[in-house]
Amino acid sequence: MTMSRMVRLMKGQPGKLLALALLALTMLGHGSTSFAGVLAEDRADALYHRYQGGGVEIQGPSVLVRKKLGENFAVNANYYMDFVTSASIDVKLSASQYKEQRTQKSLGFEFLHGKTTYTANVINSKESDYTADTATFGLSQDMFGDLTTVSLGYRRGWNHVYRNIKDPDGGKVRDPTFAQQMDTRAYTVGLSQILTRNLIASLNVEAITDEGYLNSPYRSVRYADAGDPRGFALQSEIYPRTHTSQATAVVLKYYLPWRAAIEGNYRFYSDSWGVNANTLDLTYTHPWHGRWIFDGRLRYYTQTQADFYSDLFPRRDFQNFLARDKELASYTGYTIGLGASYEFSVPWAPKWIQKSTLNARLDHILIDYDNFRDATKTNPGNGILAGAEPLYRLNANVFQLFLSVWF
Amino acid sequence: MRIAKLVVLVGMGAVVSGCSIQPWVKPYEREHLADPIMAFDRDPVSSAYLDHVFDAREGARGATGGSGGGCGCN
Repeated sequence: MTMSRMVRLMKGQPGKLLALALLALTMLGHGSTSFAGVLAEDRADALYHRYQGGGVEIQGPSVLVRKKLGENFAVNANYYMDFVTSASIDVKLSASQYKEQRTQKSLGFEFLHGKTTYTANVINSKESDYTADTATFGLSQDMFGDLTTVSLGYRRGWNHVYRNIKDPDGGKVRDPTFAQQMDTRAYTVGLSQILTRNLIASLNVEAITDEGYLNSPYRSVRYADAGDPRGFALQSEIYPRTHTSQATAVVLKYYLPWRAAIEGNYRFYSDSWGVNANTLDLTYTHPWHGRWIFDGRLRYYTQTQADFYSDLFPRRDFQNFLARDKELASYTGYTIGLGASYEFSVPWAPKWIQKSTLNARLDHILIDYDNFRDATKTNPGNGILAGAEPLYRLNANVFQLFLSVWF
Repeated sequence: MRIAKLVVLVGMGAVVSGCSIQPWVKPYEREHLADPIMAFDRDPVSSAYLDHVFDAREGARGATGGSGGGCGCN
């Protein structure tokens, strides 16, 4: 049964399926032997992040704190900010450079009862033209002598989309005539399994369905127009109002004889817009001299285009749905990443600090688009006609520096 | 709907009968698996950020263990 069918079934008969699922989980809880589960350690992280590529620079902090309250209850909180300066290729084509700020706050709770962990999170994200509220619920169950963990999750999102326009003073102000909504529901099922004393595996399946205003109020598509000196003109993109996707990921992690770890991750994705994607991710982790841990990562990603995507439509209003978002084009991406973690101790640090690490990580992303062209290079005078511009290539660097403290 | 019920019931049966399975990797044999380098998500603050970067740059989404809201993607 595909996930989309499962989702439809769950929508149609939520009571019966939920009751059966809860009954199954209840029986799991009673059937398992009593190895007590544990909650994650108390920990605080302060991170600085910076993304730079394709004319976009995004940087900011993220602070994450987890704290146990007794043996069965834990809370976590995250404060995250993005400071965006964007002159991306989309912006260059149809708008002007802008600055933006996004703030995300989350609060989470974990409750451990026997071998079952219940989690709940609320997340709020704010930009001047986009607000999102998200609630998540999850439970995981250890079983079979703690060799197996099964998890279920549900996420619900309420999003409000606005549009900024220029005010008479040259600043930006929210367009009072434009307000849209978008709702998200996501269902996850996970299984993690100890296979041998050196090998652990996990399987995650997630179905996500969105409904509402799904396109950008700013982005445009282009269509051939012989009357325009560039050979093309622009119109607003139009997306369907629903989007349903399924993703399945398999992860294998193996402990190597010289105290190192290798992880392989494969994900298959498909959605109702015709996008199919494959992700292959390999990570090698190598501790060195007790205090250092190094990570190396290679990631390969490829996707097909959405059914309603085109780099250049033949004419205005060519079809019901129109997209020229490069994330809906056909392309292949490569990421190479290196990370280093150094464990240190400060003699005068408070006694309640058990361990501290300083971490740095750099990832380089290269994306080669198969059918998204650099429309800013159109130059009919030099023989570069619309639709014959060079294909676009994105190079981006993602840098992270963070301090972690266990207490 | 009948198929869905059958799948859930068969799954329940398998799970209930499986509760008698003895762990083939004993707790005292899990020293390597307990090493922090074997954690699927050693630094959640970092992986959540990178997941968000990939979500914004790629059409695919989901099954990464993360969740959140907002756009930050233009």
